[in-house]
Amino acid sequence: TPSSCLRPPSPPPTRALTPRTRELPPLPQLAELPELHQMMRQTCRDYAQKELAPIAAQLDKDHKFPAKQVKELGAMGVMAVEVPESLGGAGMDYLAYCLAVEELSRGCASTGVIVSVNNSLYLGPILKFGTEEQKKQWITPFTTGERVGCFALSEPGNGSDAGAASTLAQQEGDEWVLSGTKAWITNCWDASATVVFATTDKSLKHKGISAFLVPMPHPGLSLGKKEDKLGIRASSTANIILEDCRIPLGNMLGERGMGFNIAMQTLDSGRLGIAAQALGIAQAALDCSADYAHKRTAFGAPIGKLQAIQFKLADMALAIESARLLTWRAAMLRDAKKPFTKEAAMAKLAASEAATFVSHQAIQVLGGMGYVTDMPAERHYRDARITEIYEGTSEIQRLVIANNILKEYQQ
Amino acid sequence: MHRSSEVKHVASYLNTRGCECFGQPCESHCPVLTDRTIHVQLKTFIKIRVKPDRTGVVTDGVKHSMNPFCEIAVEEAIKLKEKKLVKEVVAVSCGPQQVQETIRTALAMGADRGIHVEVSGKDYETLGPLQVSKIFAALAKKEQADLIILGKQAIDDDCNQTGQMIAALLDWPQGTFASEMTLEADKMKVVREVDGGLETIKIKLPAVVTADLRLNTPRYATLPNIMKAKKKKIANVKPADLGVDVCSRLEVLKVDEPPQRQAGVKVETVDDLVGKLKEAGRV
Repeated sequence: TPSSCLRPPSPPPTRALTPRTRELPPLPQLAELPELHQMMRQTCRDYAQKELAPIAAQLDKDHKFPAKQVKELGAMGVMAVEVPESLGGAGMDYLAYCLAVEELSRGCASTGVIVSVNNSLYLGPILKFGTEEQKKQWITPFTTGERVGCFALSEPGNGSDAGAASTLAQQEGDEWVLSGTKAWITNCWDASATVVFATTDKSLKHKGISAFLVPMPHPGLSLGKKEDKLGIRASSTANIILEDCRIPLGNMLGERGMGFNIAMQTLDSGRLGIAAQALGIAQAALDCSADYAHKRTAFGAPIGKLQAIQFKLADMALAIESARLLTWRAAMLRDAKKPFTKEAAMAKLAASEAATFVSHQAIQVLGGMGYVTDMPAERHYRDARITEIYEGTSEIQRLVIANNILKEYQQ
Repeated sequence: MHRSSEVKHVASYLNTRGCECFGQPCESHCPVLTDRTIHVQLKTFIKIRVKPDRTGVVTDGVKHSMNPFCEIAVEEAIKLKEKKLVKEVVAVSCGPQQVQETIRTALAMGADRGIHVEVSGKDYETLGPLQVSKIFAALAKKEQADLIILGKQAIDDDCNQTGQMIAALLDWPQGTFASEMTLEADKMKVVREVDGGLETIKIKLPAVVTADLRLNTPRYATLPNIMKAKKKKIANVKPADLGVDVCSRLEVLKVDEPPQRQAGVKVETVDDLVGKLKEAGRV
């Protein structure tokens, strides 16, 4: 039967000289990026192809955290791309980080988000707002892949409405006491520390929120059940429950009342990481479809000859390429220390909608084969969906973009 | 025990051509080039095409990358350096401008500096093991290298000659098809994978070793090393500067695609099979 020719080949035995080395076609954009970034992208692509892609399906089935791979990525410097070398990071720029996340997500979307959360949401705010002492304590151990961090902002009662945080932080002597529940925290079951947002003064509304660093495990901090998700199943997501959780005063990140600001700035950058993840998923879905279009025959010829399929592939590639350029531009603006909020929102919106569109069409191109687990298309479809939701829903992105535009046209 | 001051330079020759099909029958077989999609066994993203004039394969626009066996050679050289058994690793490649990318990859893996021997155009098309080994012998003398490690063969032409020729030209001992190499004082113990099994030899330095598949697993370039590679130097040299004539003594008569696979014939009994084989003159 035709479907039996399309079973994925068995995983390669070693990294070198495996039959599936360098399986994916080159992307023409490689010629446009600076050489450093091209090399970095290539190394991440090689890693994703050889070490992530072969195990991604199994990781998804088992809901298994890729601890070994995270350590290897740590050794490569990918878990702390922007962190300066003096603190143990790779000392590269944000564009390099986005390229890394995209290439890794092309292999395994869960690994992509684990890398992204550690880099952007955990290390990001500490790098920007932490004291030198805090950086040494909370950054360096988290650059090697041995430990990962997480970011606790959302609560069961508020996601998009981040200003309505109800987790409390009360000062008692020389300690902060945190109490409340955080929801949907990526990486939490595998994390060794978290950045938590709690309100120190409810009457000030969002201006009363502050950020805190809490080690994990810690007395007073417990984890809810691991959510059984539609996609990105190798990364853990759960509630963090704080009951009389005591931390030293020195664990406040930034100034009192700065929490909301820290969260918003962190998410501005974080959304580029998610945009990159979405691009990786979309690209993997396109790879899958284009390959299938060559092989599957119907009506006497490969289906790639049919205009219906060709139009789909064109639309898919266009969606990805547009989103990719938006992402790169936003990253470059950030690296040049220019304002990039609007561009980042556009990138995340475009990339996540591209991911859902492309993965949806990929299943359509594959037909029945797209619906079964033998082909990765169904996993891309499931993985893509979350990108429109976390780190700012598509609706929030539209609000951010609109606000920025209205500001530009302010009378 | 290991006198690291003795082994000054390890020059690692990188073959930037080559594509792997493991000698198994594949759809569009050799000559296939090292390009982005090497393994043509199951999926061919870039179809290797024979040029219309049948003098070779189309190389225009095909991305080249480091020969896998040479990756293993570079990895071994870097490992020696990490063990402080050698002082410096120099990565060398012969070819047009694009080989600089391959040299940079070696630098990103940990080599200290690179040498790009510029050979382009017609000269590059006809560049073969004899010319390369002459270039290399000249470089080895100039750089005063103590050890040369290269891949056992390039996966585009499968010649398996360069290492051996270099050793002959320099009158150095050689350890080919190495699956293990250990430096013991001024001798290199090499375990060779040969048809009959494993052969262990000890060769005095300076020497040439060619890397086989199981010598090691090459590392991924780490991001910090990629950053460092930017600052490492790649020197530019021409074959004429080394006194080498790259003119080829070989002329390619023709290059063809492999014949289309013919349909087989099913037989009922062993006797039928023997009969058919006899008919075809195979037995």
